[in-house]
Amino acid sequence: MNTTESIAKARSRWRILAWIVPVAVLLLAAPFVIDPFQTLTLTYGLVAAIGALGFNLLLGYTGLLSFGHSAFFGTGAYTVAFLVKYLKIASMELFLAGSVLVSALISILFGFVCVRYTRIFFGILTLALSQVLWSLAFKFFWVTGGTDGLRVPTPTLLGAAPTDDKMEFLAHRYYYYVLAIFAICVALMWVIVHSPFGKALQAIRDNETRAEFIGIRIRRYRLIAFVISGIFTGVAGALWAPLNGLASPDILVWTFSGEIVFMTVLGGFRTFVGPIIGAIAFTYLKTYAVGFTVYWQLLLGTVLVVLVLALPTGIMGAVERVAAKLKKAR
Amino acid sequence: MGVFAIHILNALLYSSVLFLIAGGLSLIYGVMRILNLAHGNLYALGAFVTAWAIGLALGAGAPNVVLFLLLPAGALAAAVAGAVIERTLLRPFYKRPEEYQLLMTFGLLMILEDLIRLVWGPNPLSATTVYAAFGSISIAGDRYPAYNLVIIAVGIVAAIFLWAFIYRTRFGVLLRATSQDKRMASALGVNVNRIYIQAFTLGCFMAGLGGAIVVPSQSAVLGMGVDALVLAFIVVVIGGLGSLEGALAGALIVGVVREAGITLFPEIELAVLYLIAAIVLLVRPAGIFGRASA
Repeated sequence: MNTTESIAKARSRWRILAWIVPVAVLLLAAPFVIDPFQTLTLTYGLVAAIGALGFNLLLGYTGLLSFGHSAFFGTGAYTVAFLVKYLKIASMELFLAGSVLVSALISILFGFVCVRYTRIFFGILTLALSQVLWSLAFKFFWVTGGTDGLRVPTPTLLGAAPTDDKMEFLAHRYYYYVLAIFAICVALMWVIVHSPFGKALQAIRDNETRAEFIGIRIRRYRLIAFVISGIFTGVAGALWAPLNGLASPDILVWTFSGEIVFMTVLGGFRTFVGPIIGAIAFTYLKTYAVGFTVYWQLLLGTVLVVLVLALPTGIMGAVERVAAKLKKAR
Repeated sequence: MGVFAIHILNALLYSSVLFLIAGGLSLIYGVMRILNLAHGNLYALGAFVTAWAIGLALGAGAPNVVLFLLLPAGALAAAVAGAVIERTLLRPFYKRPEEYQLLMTFGLLMILEDLIRLVWGPNPLSATTVYAAFGSISIAGDRYPAYNLVIIAVGIVAAIFLWAFIYRTRFGVLLRATSQDKRMASALGVNVNRIYIQAFTLGCFMAGLGGAIVVPSQSAVLGMGVDALVLAFIVVVIGGLGSLEGALAGALIVGVVREAGITLFPEIELAVLYLIAAIVLLVRPAGIFGRASA
């Protein structure tokens, strides 16, 4: 590595730090500044961000568009619900461990089938398999509660029992818990996409044939990416379940997968932070759209259509373009 | 014996509707390489428009013959909607990666879903008068609604008509040429844009027709489009995306499995269908009738 390169690297490291510190301070201070409802929405946003981050390992870094990530989100949420109902467990750490395990198993199974294909067939296959889970959750109502779903009470965090005021608990302790998991997931994903493995995935995305010729075992790499992606989304589902208080088949329907795709594209799938921004923006957008009108789908659909027509690189792409213009002007 | 015959008829009934939806989906994909996620909503649109038109005519005291003649209204509405959508929203995307086309059609799905709610409200619309007007016939001692036979007949006629259209007319030749090699067809003087809009309109017409003929026997409800789309996916995955023969075979398989499933294994009926689709994709990625290059 020559010196200019290492200087550039050090500089970019400082720049990243200059971004992370203020954002971290803002996120840490949030529950004291904004009202509980806002904090709750932000918590939903962070949870969605973990899922979108996992999803984008496939779309942005491996070039595979999954239309079935609701399967892993739902797996995470239902694992929590089953642990509560059948094993009487209340510890959030065990919930997370359980859903990592189960979503890993499901994604190995699904991935083994799906990664043989790319492009549209990959999308349809992931969609079809996720709908298998949906129909099982829907039809085996004596196990899964059917359309009513399963109730998920507030869990204990690090062994500490939840406070009586549920809103207070969710907007403070649970928020920080989610924030911590979010930080860990972001750091983990950052390491993954910047590791040799992550670079290999990008090589596969950009040119499959070349990647194969330099000795990358494409199918195995795709499978590993698929499983990591599934686990991240599963963790998001597990964090979502106590927040929502209910695991229902709604999060297994394929249109929910569409929402995950939507938020990722909204943020911009070509960048690392894009899915995070997109997930939080989408959560706010949806929360307010649902509160504002019964025709929120019409509103969000229009946003998506306009987005795809006018801003295909998403929020981050637009920001980058503006930044580049400002730089030129200077 | 009568029970068995009724099961077969039900399977055929189901296959007919599925063929209309999946055939349109497959035709669009075959020619344009666009997987239309909003396709189910056009089916729903067909159902709602027909139910609405029949309701209006009924209010005006129209005789049954008029009601029957109003059935295709939904198909025409879906065709018009399709032509508008292709021209305004899909045409800018032919040169972009297919991810964007999928997203665009997903956005359309959300929009159409709510537009239907906006126009016709959240309550189901039905057109049972037409269903009742046909009465029932006796099959080996069991009563069977005669209107169901109409649906089956429409499915069969549509399949024959479509086959003749694609393999026996000049338009069909152009369609197949564009489907095989768009650039070559364009170089030889085929107006590809026109073929695209025609193919998309025809595909939407079929979906709308499916909705239009099914609505007398079951009400038009919100969400019917999304449900139908996933079944149509299964059909085209089994039969082969882009192949009409495949859509026909897939629709028959799904129709039979579903009818058997409802009586034999109701809990896992849907799961079995998805699993069949997954297995077909594993064994023959391009589907039973698909082209390997896809």
